[in-house]
Amino acid sequence: MNTDNGEPNPRRTRRIALSLVVGSVAMLILSFASVPLYRVFCAATGFGGTTQVAKKNLGQQGERTLTVRFDANVARDLPWRFEPETASISLRTGQTATVFYKVVNLADHETRGVAAYNVSPDQAGAYFNKLACFCFSEQRLDAHESAEWPVVFFLDPALENEESMGHVAEITLSYSFFAVKGPAAVAPSTKTSLAPAIRPKT
Amino acid sequence: MASSTTADDGAHGHPTGLRRFLFSTNHKDIGTLYIILAVIGGVVGTIMSIAIRAELMHPGITVFPGLAQMLQGVDPAMALDGGKNLYNVFITAHGVLMIFYMVMPALIGGYANWFVPIMIGAPDMAFPRLNNISFWFLAVSLVLVVLSMFVEGAPGMMGFGGGWVFYPPLSSNTGHPGPAMDFVILALHLAGASSILGSINFITTIFNMRAPGMTLHRMPLFCWAMLVTAFLLVLTLPVLAGAITMLLTDRNFGTMFYDPAGGGDPLLFQHLFWFFGHPEVYILILPAFGLISHIVSTFSKKPVFGYLGMAYAMVSIGFLGCIVWAHHMYTVGLSLNAQRYFVFATMVIAVPTGIKIFSWIATMWGGSISFRAPMIWAIGFIFVFTMGGVTGVVLANASADRQLHETYYVVAHFHYTMSLGAVFGVFAGFYYWFPKMSGYMYNETLSKVHFALLFIGVNMTFFPQHFLGLAGMPRRYIDYPDAFALWNYWSSIGAYIGGVSLLVFFYVVIDAYLKKIPAGANPWGVGATTLEWTLPSPPPFHQFEVLPRISGSEH
Repeated sequence: MNTDNGEPNPRRTRRIALSLVVGSVAMLILSFASVPLYRVFCAATGFGGTTQVAKKNLGQQGERTLTVRFDANVARDLPWRFEPETASISLRTGQTATVFYKVVNLADHETRGVAAYNVSPDQAGAYFNKLACFCFSEQRLDAHESAEWPVVFFLDPALENEESMGHVAEITLSYSFFAVKGPAAVAPSTKTSLAPAIRPKT
Repeated sequence: MASSTTADDGAHGHPTGLRRFLFSTNHKDIGTLYIILAVIGGVVGTIMSIAIRAELMHPGITVFPGLAQMLQGVDPAMALDGGKNLYNVFITAHGVLMIFYMVMPALIGGYANWFVPIMIGAPDMAFPRLNNISFWFLAVSLVLVVLSMFVEGAPGMMGFGGGWVFYPPLSSNTGHPGPAMDFVILALHLAGASSILGSINFITTIFNMRAPGMTLHRMPLFCWAMLVTAFLLVLTLPVLAGAITMLLTDRNFGTMFYDPAGGGDPLLFQHLFWFFGHPEVYILILPAFGLISHIVSTFSKKPVFGYLGMAYAMVSIGFLGCIVWAHHMYTVGLSLNAQRYFVFATMVIAVPTGIKIFSWIATMWGGSISFRAPMIWAIGFIFVFTMGGVTGVVLANASADRQLHETYYVVAHFHYTMSLGAVFGVFAGFYYWFPKMSGYMYNETLSKVHFALLFIGVNMTFFPQHFLGLAGMPRRYIDYPDAFALWNYWSSIGAYIGGVSLLVFFYVVIDAYLKKIPAGANPWGVGATTLEWTLPSPPPFHQFEVLPRISGSEH
């Protein structure tokens, strides 16, 4: 607002302009910050079918038995054959299951891949607990090497109390492998990191 | 520098010739420059739309292969593919030009630069030199967009053809590895910087330079509209800048923001884009809302009905506009709860919009209406915008949108609000303020002919597209099955009529400058109460050397 003699107050002008600059820079930062913020949000809430990572199964046994289906995809530029050993299993909530995925590198050279994953329907993400998974780190296969990779997981019995899970009888766990280019990561390979989690199938 | 010497000296003479415009720090001259830029952008965008409609007039691909050979020098053996690509480039460039280089420069850069300072009783904008750089950023940005059409985009093809929404992976290296998209990104950076600087200028001007007695609640509605618009720009354009910067680094520097192979997600782009994109449509229409209020009030010779309601309806439209972005993304796999929220929030916008429509009608109600040219345009605006609003409520339903997403129904909807709504607003404002800006009166009969042609033309173009969309015709394709031929034919005829109306427009303007009939300070009579009508036409180079004092509630 002008002072009474009509002259705009230069300090006020600068203050308004500066706060607007700060406001737009803040929105710019927020647009970049949305990447990590969204990741944290999904990991915390299971939003969009984001699976949970558990240290151990607390051993509560649930009542319901659900079908868990397994889905495997490979991006076009990664020469792998990748498929689950079993298409689906029946699993009681609270019970720990181990399933294996078979993978073969079809190329004559070493290739590396990393998996993107989620479960469907989306609301199941919060109750799908993985104890160990090949998807947690980058995977490397030598020329024509084949491997069997385990996923160890359980369904949280808490899903029985969730209204939106009431009609869900089937959960699909999906992986898509993408090629990793560039220098090799220093992450340990699957065989060592997953070894303690592998247990005989029941 | 000429600009600094002219700006420092309060009692200087008028800079003349090229210098007056190149180095201008005068809000009226910069406003004129913006309007000229808008005319250039609008003409190019309209020619593109007519080419698109000419192609779609009959099934089969007829126009664009030849056009690609002519404009881009495509090899005759490749003419069919080149033509398809050019079609995509045209729909993209048509959208970008009309939004960023026609409606925004006309309403925001043009009319707001001209009239916001005058309406609040200020001598000029708060930062005159910032105003100059805002304009020239936009001019350079327009050059970049045009250049993008003549460098490689998709492999072996010229120009970016991924639509104005720039979704990756079509806009990333997967779809358009060539530099055309980089040109577009840099153009948008410049246009965005221009708009953000301009908005900071407007907000500061409105907050800090109002004449004594001009409280916010006495401020004309056009200034309210610009205040809300400027806030929307300041808050959402940086998000677009962030989104396209991520795209730029994805394309050129190996980041993976939108590439699932690196843990990214192409949907991130859509969320960021529409966080900007939805407020953007209100950025385009709010200034038109503001000036339509003035026109309706002027020619009904009554104050605006429900002034405060009108002002705060715009504020709430602005706020709601920022929290409904995902209604453009119902089909991407949003959770049901997210869809429920976005459906509800989107429908809520109909409430303040309804307040505005009803208040305009109530302003006319019982008024002594004179149907001068701007009033005809304003009534046309209210009609077509209401049409577009009604189909908007249909599309707000996620369930209906499943069927209508990416069909011509959506095209019809947003052209009724934008191409008809915003553009009728632009012309209404032009015919309302042209006598003030130029000092000359134009031929009102011809202006009404212009209105009649454009009104018939655009309605004939877009109304049948509702039918095409409901029948399932998808957007963005160069060809279609014979079943859609009938309404496409009439739609194209309508586009040609709309094109002819543009010629009438230019004739009206040239005629006014040739005949030089003086308009006088206030050609519209007692209804025109805002401050610009107290000044001579055209206004002096520097107005309000003695500031006006505002009392009472004239708006």
